[in-house]
Amino acid sequence: MGPGEAESNRGEVPPSVAIGADVALSVDHLSKRFGDRLAFDDVSFTVGRGEVFGFLGPNGAGKTTIVRTLGTLLTPTSGSATVAGLPLTPENGVEIRRRIAVMPESPGLYLRLSVAENLECFADLYEVPRASERIANALELVNLTDRAGDACGTLSRGLRQRVALARALLSDPEVLFLDEPTAGLDPVAAREVHELIVGLRMRGVTIFLTTHRLEEAERLCDRVAILNTTLRTIGRPAELRDRLFPRTIAITTAAPIREPTQVFAGLPAVDGWRSDGGASYLLTVSDPTVAAPAVTRALVAAGADVLEIGQSQHSLEDVYLELISDDVEASGR
Amino acid sequence: MNLSTRRVRAIFHRELREYRRNRSIVVAIAIFPLIFLIQPLFVVFLAHDVSSASLSQMHLLLYMLAIPVLTPPMLAGYAVAGERQHGTLEPVLTTPIRREEFLVGKALAVLVPSAAIAYVVYALFLALVALFAEPSVASAIIQVPDILAQVLFTPLLGALSVWIGLAFSTRASDVRVAQQLSLLGSLPLVLVTSLIAFNVIHATLGLAVSLAALLLIADVLGWRAVSPLFDRERLVAGSR
Ligand SMILES: Nc1ncnc2c1ncn2[C@@H]1O[C@H](COP(=O)(O)OP(=O)(O)OP(=O)(O)O)[C@@H](O)[C@H]1O
Ligand SMILES: [Mg+2]
Repeated sequence: MGPGEAESNRGEVPPSVAIGADVALSVDHLSKRFGDRLAFDDVSFTVGRGEVFGFLGPNGAGKTTIVRTLGTLLTPTSGSATVAGLPLTPENGVEIRRRIAVMPESPGLYLRLSVAENLECFADLYEVPRASERIANALELVNLTDRAGDACGTLSRGLRQRVALARALLSDPEVLFLDEPTAGLDPVAAREVHELIVGLRMRGVTIFLTTHRLEEAERLCDRVAILNTTLRTIGRPAELRDRLFPRTIAITTAAPIREPTQVFAGLPAVDGWRSDGGASYLLTVSDPTVAAPAVTRALVAAGADVLEIGQSQHSLEDVYLELISDDVEASGR
Repeated sequence: MNLSTRRVRAIFHRELREYRRNRSIVVAIAIFPLIFLIQPLFVVFLAHDVSSASLSQMHLLLYMLAIPVLTPPMLAGYAVAGERQHGTLEPVLTTPIRREEFLVGKALAVLVPSAAIAYVVYALFLALVALFAEPSVASAIIQVPDILAQVLFTPLLGALSVWIGLAFSTRASDVRVAQQLSLLGSLPLVLVTSLIAFNVIHATLGLAVSLAALLLIADVLGWRAVSPLFDRERLVAGSR
């Protein structure tokens, strides 16, 4: 587990982590503006070594710009950052790029060249030893061994995406930036990429992943950050859920309860209730393990036939939509 | 600064592979050499007033030095702007490559084929003249100092034309603009070689040596001059 595990509930990184050797990325009040347009503003976070860190945000939130900035392609307007152990300065550009790999938003392959030729070029640019072996490995990882000789121009979008991923794996990077790696992939291919990411994580590669797929972030990432020009929130997916939404218990009974207020009032750990239509009820609770048995007993005592009782889970998508719709409302004002 | 030869070679090889896969590039590269081959041949074989005396006043071989100057602009103009337009530049720039390595690789990938074509065309011309022209005409044209100058000045002029092209390619936001400006930027070099060829500027050993020295310096410093123009940020984020 990455150092994200050691975090406080607030999801803010303790300063001690930021200077440790176990930090892969540390970003401090970083901003980037293009003329009048702020691409991202005052962004601070830390990513531990070996962590899979998800970056979520709507179109134009600044995700790609952050990836490019941390990848030394753009100079930040203000703020500072450390990437793979090196301060993000122009002098460190070459050394930083040696330690990282970036899979950009668009694959940018040489379409007239074959898959293998594309990878050969990049193996040389990274000066990887035993290049042909590494190329074969990378192709195997993305399941493209049998297409090695095909011109990239003849590949489908998803296959090109996988070539770009193989290209990013050639140099055995410490930190891997993936800008929407599963965009345009079919479910099976996306699942393969997910498995690949899990595999890389087990080998200790730090992964910075931007995505629009919330279930992907939820499944893969130790922590996620939600960005909309400024950082909206950061933390483990489960933590974000708890922070934003009260825990709830959903109950369905065979027939509507006659006096629900009397049944639910005063039960331990139950903070409130509301009808969810018909014979269904939603209870906000502070501790489901205490509330659920008490609620069950109270319902039985009241003569209600319980069909179903369970914790209702908010997804990361709910968190995301909640935060981003706040932004939309705020900007509409 | 020490450049990584492996990275320079990577850029060079990739570029040559690309030319080989792209017939239209090969055709486009061949246009200027053919034009500058046909015209001297016309003078030698078809012009009526051609005499060995008037030919020996000129340096027809030097006229052909326009080939290494005019072949590079199209390729060099494309080199950076084209990659940028196709979105292939960003992945390259995320690797540890230095801009100097990138530029030197690109420059070689333009210079080597351009110079090679020039040499092939010269050889063709000399062979045709030696075999089929009147002996007096042939001996007026084929002068050892001219051949030496042609061999020596081809890479020197070519390299300068390459750097001019790369400078425009690095700054321009559109490939066509870059290629057009590169061509315009190289024309003054053709003017100089043509004036010498037609004896308006008298070719002397002193002129040749100082011109060669000047070109050599410009060629060697070319990558240092073009490098500052190569701004990652503008190339990645600037308007396309
Ligand atoms: N080169 C540029 N010049 C001017 N503005 C830019 C440039 N690149 C990005 N921006 C602006 O910065 C903001 C952030 O863009 P960015 O591409 O980082 O968003 P993103 O989060 O990656 O979006 P998406 O999900 O659509 O990929 C946008 O408003 C965008 O228009
Ligand atoms: Mg993006």
